Amino acid sequence: MQYALIIRESAEDFKRREDPTYKNGWIAYTQALIQAGIMTGGAGLTAPETATLIRHRGDDHDVQDGPFPEGKEQLGGFYLIDVPDLDTALEWAVRVPVSQQGSVEIRPLLHM
Amino acid sequence: MNPDVGRATERVARQSYGKLIAFLAARSGDVPSAEDALSEALAAALDSWPERGIPDNPEAWLMVAARRNLYRAARHAKVKTAARDTVTMAFEEAEERMNADGPAFPDERLKLLFTCTHPAIDRSVHTPLMLQTVLGIDAKTIARAFIVSPETMSQRLVRAKTKIREAHIPFTVPDRSMLPGRLAGVLSAIYAAYGLGWDGLDGEDGKHGSLADEAIWLGRALLATLPEEPETAGLLSLMLYCEARRSARRNAEGRYVPLDEQDTARWNAIMIAEADNLLRQAGAFDRFGPFQCQAAIQSVHTERHRSGGTDWAALAMLYDALVLMTPTTGARVSRAAVIGRAQGATAGLHHLNQMAERDIATYQPHWAVRAHLLAEAGETESAVVAYRTAIGLSDSPSVREFLQTRLDAVQADKN
Repeated sequence: MQYALIIRESAEDFKRREDPTYKNGWIAYTQALIQAGIMTGGAGLTAPETATLIRHRGDDHDVQDGPFPEGKEQLGGFYLIDVPDLDTALEWAVRVPVSQQGSVEIRPLLHM
Repeated sequence: MNPDVGRATERVARQSYGKLIAFLAARSGDVPSAEDALSEALAAALDSWPERGIPDNPEAWLMVAARRNLYRAARHAKVKTAARDTVTMAFEEAEERMNADGPAFPDERLKLLFTCTHPAIDRSVHTPLMLQTVLGIDAKTIARAFIVSPETMSQRLVRAKTKIREAHIPFTVPDRSMLPGRLAGVLSAIYAAYGLGWDGLDGEDGKHGSLADEAIWLGRALLATLPEEPETAGLLSLMLYCEARRSARRNAEGRYVPLDEQDTARWNAIMIAEADNLLRQAGAFDRFGPFQCQAAIQSVHTERHRSGGTDWAALAMLYDALVLMTPTTGARVSRAAVIGRAQGATAGLHHLNQMAERDIATYQPHWAVRAHLLAEAGETESAVVAYRTAIGLSDSPSVREFLQTRLDAVQADKN
């Protein structure tokens, strides 16, 4: 079963990304996933203020700067893992080094 | 609702839950219907006690309310008359005892403990089932402690309870001839519950701390019933040694402190004395087992508060004995760590390398021990990789931080 571990981080977490204590945890976690041979993909995303938004308006579309972070958490990145079942995915998810302001969502991938 | 009455109601409910379930299920053989009837009774108590006050004998009140619910359910389900008769008799017996002994209520949780850990029930459910039925811990909390989804956990629990009923698993403390085989499962489940309370320390909520307390309580109850079984004393001794060091596991800043760097002045001397005493008592029976062995290992570690040093050779010998009795991955990794201290890093690494890859690939303590031994042996590059893997496999922020400090030190030495 393939799962996405969707990571949300707080505004403070985004600012701490170059802080070694925060950064090292992510490097180590990614290494552990690779070492276990279950990581099939993933990416970290830059901070939300770098985003550009497109909205369809009938036949036309709007291009906007944003979205501006309003919520407590913003999408920070994701891992794709291949494990036998949800409980194994949960085991890996509790190891994700998010801070107490962040969260990890576990979702099965859609088969296409 | 008056919050004091609400809290008091919850406390009574929690204390009585396991006892009442044990009593009812021991007679009807049906855990789920006992739970339904008791849950309804508890809901009724939460409704009426805050207004009318908590009754003098809350357990008797809950018992009577549960009886009514059980009868009603029995009428609906048209269960066999035999089953209804058994339950009726159980209630009559309970009420008789309550009238005769005042507020005392027979505690039959030990019987239920043996039922929950019956060999016919899947091993992986032993501890969760015990936590839920014997100690009244809710399924959501159990699921969180075992890192499984709430659905998975409740499915497993429901399946196990159905099995108890359908297969007529007996509600008894087995007699002498059966005891040795059955006791091992019960002891392991209690120790697993203790371990969950121990690991949960990082969660920093009171619930997990109390899980460790409940496990110790069960250990004491078991020892009171089976004083002739040295492994029960061994288990209690083991838990008390660990518990005695609880507050020394963190420094003033809340950082993780490994065992050999802990300030022995912060260990609880009274608990250690009790643990020493229990271990000696167990030894008098001349039937050594894995729990006594693990307690003996803790006793050697604890000796540091008197002698100031650790006898690594004695520890290596005890771990050899433990691995012979229970060759678990955890015991083998710990033995390698101790051998690394007693005979040098290369000897420790040799032991790790003999273990099967699939057992240790994602086992966090293995990577932490390997990293430490590789650093000692001067193999810096491999030590860095092993430290990173150990950090990545850890689910505790304070352990991650501790290992990162070690990793930083290794990298600083290299440069």
